[in-house]
Amino acid sequence: MVASLRGVSQTMATIADELIERRGHAASATRRRTNFVIFLGPAIVLTVLFFIVPVIIDIAVSFTDLGRSLRITAFTTEQYEKVFRTDRRLTQVIGLTFVYVFGTLAIFNVTFGLILAITTTAIRNVSGSFFRGVWLLPRMSPSVLYILLWLWAVSPTEAGLVNQVLMQAFGLDAPLDLLTSAPIALIIISNGFIGASMGMIIFTAAIRGIPEHLFHAAAVDGAGTFATIRFITLPALRWPISFVTIYQTLSLLVSFEYILLLTKGGPFYDTTVYALYVYRRAFESGQYAYGAALALFLIVIGMVVALIGWRFFDMERLLQRPRIEVH
Amino acid sequence: MAKIEFRHVSKRFGAVEVIPDMDLVIEDGEFAALLGPSGCGKSTSLFMLAGIYLPSGGELLFDGHLVNEVEARDRNVGIVFQSYALYPHMSVRDNILFPLRFKKTPRDEALARVKAAADLVRVTELLDRRPSELSGGQQQRVALARALVKKPQLLLLDEPLSNLDASLRLSMRTEIKSLHEQLGVTTVLVTHDQIEATTMADRIICMRAGRIEQVGTPDDLYLRPSSLFVAGFIGSPPINLVAGKAEGGTFTADGTRFPVVGASGEITVGLRPEHLRFGEAGFAGRITQIEPMGREILYVVETGMGAVRVLEQGSFVGHTIGEQVKVAFRPENSLVFETKRQKLIVGAHVRTPA
Repeated sequence: MVASLRGVSQTMATIADELIERRGHAASATRRRTNFVIFLGPAIVLTVLFFIVPVIIDIAVSFTDLGRSLRITAFTTEQYEKVFRTDRRLTQVIGLTFVYVFGTLAIFNVTFGLILAITTTAIRNVSGSFFRGVWLLPRMSPSVLYILLWLWAVSPTEAGLVNQVLMQAFGLDAPLDLLTSAPIALIIISNGFIGASMGMIIFTAAIRGIPEHLFHAAAVDGAGTFATIRFITLPALRWPISFVTIYQTLSLLVSFEYILLLTKGGPFYDTTVYALYVYRRAFESGQYAYGAALALFLIVIGMVVALIGWRFFDMERLLQRPRIEVH
Repeated sequence: MAKIEFRHVSKRFGAVEVIPDMDLVIEDGEFAALLGPSGCGKSTSLFMLAGIYLPSGGELLFDGHLVNEVEARDRNVGIVFQSYALYPHMSVRDNILFPLRFKKTPRDEALARVKAAADLVRVTELLDRRPSELSGGQQQRVALARALVKKPQLLLLDEPLSNLDASLRLSMRTEIKSLHEQLGVTTVLVTHDQIEATTMADRIICMRAGRIEQVGTPDDLYLRPSSLFVAGFIGSPPINLVAGKAEGGTFTADGTRFPVVGASGEITVGLRPEHLRFGEAGFAGRITQIEPMGREILYVVETGMGAVRVLEQGSFVGHTIGEQVKVAFRPENSLVFETKRQKLIVGAHVRTPA
C-alpha cells in the first residue's frame, strides 16, 4: 500500500516536471519572440523605412523617365546610358569629389584632428579642454549660421574679415574674391574645421587610454617629444585613425549642405561634388530619374569605399579580437 | 655606477606634500630598498631618481653632480616598472633595442648588446615575439633587459615582483640579486613587501608618510627597529605588541606583571613570535588556534593581555587547542618602546614573569 502510494506520487511528480518543463519551453519561446520584436523591431522598421525602401524606390525611379512633369511615360535604361556615355561633366565632378574628400580627410579630419588631440593632451588639462571646446564650436553651431559667418569672412568686399586683415595688416590694395579664385580650398577648409573635431575627440580619448607608464618608460629610455609621438602615441592610435578615415570618407562623400550653402556648387560647376551634383540634377534641373541613377552609383561607391577601407585597415581584426590588455 | 644623494629633497603635487624633507645617501654599487606601505612616498622618490618627477625643493645628486633639472632621458638610468611597461606594438628585440636608438649606437653593436642583455636574463629565444605573447615572468625579464641594455649608472625597480606568482617571485628574487652581484650597478628597489626588501637589499630605507623612518641593514631593522612602526612592519608573522605601564622595575599590562629594566612610564613591549616559547614558567594563556606552516607552527594564545602569537620551529604539533600554557622569552629579545613617542628605548628589557 505504502509502496504503491509512493509509486503514484512519483509518477505524478514526473508528469508535473514535464509539464512545467514544457510550459517553460513555450514561455521562453514566446518571450524570445517578444524580445525580438521589442528590442530589434524599432530598428528594423526604421532601417526598412529609411534605408531599404528608398533604395528600392531609387532603383525603380532610375529606370523611368521621371522628369519635371512628374509623370512617368516609359520604363527605360537611358539614364544609365547617360551616366556612362553622354554626361561629360561627370568626370570633372568625380575628380573634384576625389580632391575634396581626400583633401579634407588628409589635411583636416585626420592630420589636423591628430595634431589637435596630441597638443591638447600635452598641455595642462584646463587649457587642453578649452582649446578642444573651441574646436568643437563649429560642429555645435547650426550649419546655416556657420556658413553665414564664412560668407562674411570671405566676402569679396572690404568688409570681409579676410580682406580686412589682408588690407589693413598686410597692405593689400584691392579686396580678394576667394569664392571665385579659390572655391575648392574654401569648401575643404570650411568642412575641415568641422570635421577635425570628430577626429580630435576620438584621438584624445585614445591618447588618454595609453597607460601613463609607457610614456614614463619612453622618457627614461631617452625618447624626446617627437620620438614619443612616433613610437608610443601613433602606434596606439592605429585603430582610431582607421575608423575615423573610413567613417569620414563616407560622410564626406554624401554630405553637401555646407557646399550648397557656401558656393551653391559654383562658380559654374567648380565646387559641385558628386552628392551635390545628384541634388542639382534632380532638384534644380528636374531630372529626377537621372538623379536617381546617379544616386544609385553613390550608394555603390560608398559601399566599395567602405569595403576597401575595411580591407586596407584590417578592421576585421579590430572587431574580432578583444583589445583589452591588462597593464 | 653612481652614488646617490638626497639633500633635503621635497616633492609636492599641487597642495599635497608627498615628501617633506628627505636626506639619504645610497653608496655606489649598493642594493638599496625603499620599503613602506602604499602612499608612503617610496615610488615618488624612485620617480624623482628616474627624472620622471622633478624635485620641488632640495638637491638630488648623482656622483656629486646636481641632477634636479636633468631630464629623464639624460640621466642614464634603467627602470623596471611594476607593470613592466613594455611597448605593446614592438617585438621583444625592438623593446630591448629601444633605449639604444637614442644613443646613436651603431647598428651592429646595438644588436650585439641586445643579444647580450637578452642572454643575461635568458629571453634570447623570445626576441621575435610580442609582449602580449609572453608570460608575466618573461615580460619581467624583458623589462630587465631593456633597463640594463644601455648600461645604466643606476637601476631602478618599482615593485618588480608584485605581479608574479609566488614561485616565480622566489626565483626572480634570486636572479635579480645575482644580476646585481654580477653587474655591480647601483640598484634601488621599491617595495611594500618586507620579505623582498630583506632578502634582496644590502640596506633598507623604511618609509612612512613621506619620511624616512629608519635606514639600516635587514638585521638592523629586524633586531633593532627604531620605532613601533618599523617593528610592526618588519617581520612575519607580525610582532606582538603589549602596551602598559612601567613603575619601579615592574611593567604591568592588563594585570600581567613583568620585571623591567631601563624604562618607566607608558611603554609598549614588542615580542617577536619566533622569540616566544612554551615553558614551565612565564605568562599564562590558553591556545585558541594552531596554524601549521610546514617548517614552523604558529600558535595563537589567548592571555590576559590579549592574543599573543607564538611561533615554534619544527613541524611537530606538540600542543592542542584549549591547552593551558605558559609563555617565556629571553630578556635580550624583548623590545621596549615609549608608547607616546613610539621610539625604541635602547638598552631597556623586560623579563619573563616568574
